[in-house]
Amino acid sequence: MLNIGKVLEELKESPYEEIVIRAPHCGVVRFEPLEPGARVSGASGQWKEKPGTCIAVIERERNKRPIESVDKGELVAVNRNLEGTFVEAQTPLATIRHFLSKDEVLKIILQKALYLFCAPERAKYYFIPEVEKNIQASGSKSVKVHDGLELFIMSRMKREAPLAYSGPGGVIYAKYFERNENIDAGKPLIGVCPESQLPLIEDVVLRVQTEWEERE
Amino acid sequence: MDIEKKLSFLKERLTYICDIFAGNHQEHIRILEHKVEEFSQRRESLDLQERIEAITAIEELFDFTERRLEEDLSSMDKVRIVRHPQRICLRDILENVYDNYTEIGGQKNKSIDPSMLIARAYVTRRHRGKTHHQSVMVIGQEKGHGEDFRNGGSVKPWGNARALQYMKVAETENIPIHTYIFTPGAYPVEDYPGAAQQIARNLYEMAALKVPVIAVFSEGGSGGAEAIGLADRRLMLSHGYYSVISPEGAAAIEGRLRRGERATPELIARCAEQLKITAQDNLRLGYIDKIVEEPPLGARPYHYEFFRNLRREVIRATDDVVLSTRAFAPLRARAARPDKSGEYDAEKFVVRWEVNGGAAEKLLLLRHEKFNKYSRGKCIDPRSVFKRMRQGVSGVVTDAYNTVKHDILGKPKKRIVSAVEEVEAETRVLFDGITGPFRKALCALGSKSSKAPAATEEALTALSDWEDGQRNGSWNYISPRAKEDRAVTCPNAKKQGCMDMWAPDLYGEFAGVCSNCGHHFPMEYKWFLWNVFDPNSVVEFNQEIEAGNPLEFENFDQRLIQAKEKTGLKSGCMTVDAAIQGTKLVAAILIADFRGGSVGVAEGEKFLLAVERAQKKRQPFLAYVHGTAGIRIQEGTNGVIQMPRCTMAVRRYLDAGGLYLVVYDTNSYAGPVASFLGCSPYQFAIRSSNVGFAGPGVIKETTGIDVPPNYQGAFKALSRGHIQGVWDRRELRENLNQALMTMGGRNLYYR
Repeated sequence: MLNIGKVLEELKESPYEEIVIRAPHCGVVRFEPLEPGARVSGASGQWKEKPGTCIAVIERERNKRPIESVDKGELVAVNRNLEGTFVEAQTPLATIRHFLSKDEVLKIILQKALYLFCAPERAKYYFIPEVEKNIQASGSKSVKVHDGLELFIMSRMKREAPLAYSGPGGVIYAKYFERNENIDAGKPLIGVCPESQLPLIEDVVLRVQTEWEERE
Repeated sequence: MDIEKKLSFLKERLTYICDIFAGNHQEHIRILEHKVEEFSQRRESLDLQERIEAITAIEELFDFTERRLEEDLSSMDKVRIVRHPQRICLRDILENVYDNYTEIGGQKNKSIDPSMLIARAYVTRRHRGKTHHQSVMVIGQEKGHGEDFRNGGSVKPWGNARALQYMKVAETENIPIHTYIFTPGAYPVEDYPGAAQQIARNLYEMAALKVPVIAVFSEGGSGGAEAIGLADRRLMLSHGYYSVISPEGAAAIEGRLRRGERATPELIARCAEQLKITAQDNLRLGYIDKIVEEPPLGARPYHYEFFRNLRREVIRATDDVVLSTRAFAPLRARAARPDKSGEYDAEKFVVRWEVNGGAAEKLLLLRHEKFNKYSRGKCIDPRSVFKRMRQGVSGVVTDAYNTVKHDILGKPKKRIVSAVEEVEAETRVLFDGITGPFRKALCALGSKSSKAPAATEEALTALSDWEDGQRNGSWNYISPRAKEDRAVTCPNAKKQGCMDMWAPDLYGEFAGVCSNCGHHFPMEYKWFLWNVFDPNSVVEFNQEIEAGNPLEFENFDQRLIQAKEKTGLKSGCMTVDAAIQGTKLVAAILIADFRGGSVGVAEGEKFLLAVERAQKKRQPFLAYVHGTAGIRIQEGTNGVIQMPRCTMAVRRYLDAGGLYLVVYDTNSYAGPVASFLGCSPYQFAIRSSNVGFAGPGVIKETTGIDVPPNYQGAFKALSRGHIQGVWDRRELRENLNQALMTMGGRNLYYR
């Protein structure tokens, strides 16, 4: 059984995620004058129309392309030894330390603690009508699932097929899809939690909500 | 109590003075403040007579100071005057200038657009014991003394649409229209009917309204003002302004400020002075007919003498317009002329304001002549007198030749051909009726004879060749960028996964179109010239007309020289005679490389001459907008007047039976789109182009709304109904040919 408390402690010890910025393709790299410790931001704006902080510029065939930060955080390392050199695609150029928000911490914990049932193929997914009715009336945690239970309708190119749940029994703790939205193969549809672990998970969620200190 | 009211009133006057001078003339303001404060403190200790004397003395001091400060008013002070909540607004005018009125379609904020006020009103004139009620349609922006819901007089597109609707009502009812312009500019939203497109529609319709239109300018902010400002007489309040752009907007452009940055007050004031926005400047430039004098420091609602004067002037202007259309009214017309000094007595005689038949035609003729004359001689035109005469004579000869060919000879010929066709068709039906049974029997006997010939069958069933417009896989013009050995990234690469393209491919064979997502990269205007028109058919005319600096705007001469050197052009508009697949046409091209494709006097003049040329030659007229940023702000009202002026030329051309096509490429914004481009019934855009009224920064600043990416994209404009189609650049020639063959007016030579 997963020790959720331990996971939380680990996250508290290193409350960030390190994102490695890599060269999207080969080319000559020139870094922007940013030193380790500098604040960087990802794409922002209502439509993500404002680009993130430019970290470097890569030039291939006299075509300069900016390499921007994908998330907000702190620049921890810049591979300045690559300045002005030709690099291959996927060469690490810089590392950003992105401090986790409450939502991100919860997402990490839940993905480790829950059993994720994933989409077998790209399609639109719906709960069967009885389950949908229960979820609407009493929430997803009221629905118990077990291996072989016919739970979903998979709709692809207007052809609908039933899809049975396979995995350990428990309650649906999280739902990761929306109506009329295509879900790629391999993406989680629901997160299932054994009934015995439900109080523990709820306790951790509460602790994260109250105790987690967000850093900019 | 009366003293208290007077004191409160004086405090309001003091606030007004403080506001409009914004920190200047403090010595005068301090004296007034001190006097008011002193009186406030010691009034309790004074008896009534002393109080009256004291307050009268302060009032006189206020009058004196206002007269004194009036002499030092700067352009920016006047801008602050017209924007002040204490400034007169349209409702004050309706109350005090007209004898009765009914507001139409609005009660306070319950209106489709509370910033546009429409009312039916009348003025009463008494003459020899008889009373005459003369109806007018009053249309104008309402600022409502700072009421929030009035939006500061910034009218939304649907407000302008309603104004147009009631202009047409006035035309139906044959009553004059009085428009009052109190707007800082139009509200820049693209929702249907669209800020730019609606202003263009208003201008187009006003160009042919068969009733007198009198406009009174108080705050004439560019396109918003033009939406109701195309008038037979244009009066201006002495403290008003009429400008192509707000001084703050001009300062932001001049100071090259980024979004969120603010221009310094000094730069704003300098721009206001240089833009020549005041009534006196505009009278000197010739864009208004008369100034209506206001009291010192501008009219406020309690200046009843001003309203009497305004009433006299609008009646006089209406009389003047109506009498100018009459065949016989020399004495009254002389008395009503705006340049005639002295007070006009509206009770001295009566002028009926209906305009009928021939008078209405004359009214339109005079209106068109009036606007045609505007800004003449304000650009550099080095054409010799001989050349101009030759062009004039050539125009007359062409016109006469086409009149003979198409009207005098062509029309009877068409009638004869049509009659012959009718007779032939009737005969054919009769013949078929008689011979039909025999032919059917013959067909039944030998069914093989009905089979199509082998060549026809082949043509109908075989796979056709790929048509590439007879260009045989190559373009006539290749961009110089195609000579660079480099890769180019598509702006949609992240979303659409487009691969980098090699510049020689992209700017050469691909014609600037991404091979994956179809994004159109901007190309040079020469690409259009060489690849769309027939080879060797392009002949430029009026290339000598050159953009100038009519307002002597600071540092602008230098920038013009740079633009001319960079592009090798003399203005941002190129006018050519050309042909597309054998169909001859006249084209005007607004070139983005020359000062952003902005339109000033030279561009307007060339455009107008090109439209007139197309009309004389009975040829279609094509406006290809390689790009335009709007009206050239450094030319002030000289530029903005091109909006109605060129729209009227387009109206004359379309009424004469022409075909006017507009094609937008890259970015087309503001004044030109809101006038002579937007009024075309056939507007098309090249993919990835943007068509709109104001740029995203201006929209955000004016409305506070965040503008989504691609808000003014070609497909969005198509969805909103602003344009009639989106074309691929590579198919432009074929599409234009198709348009020429399927659309068009009645008088085109090939019709």
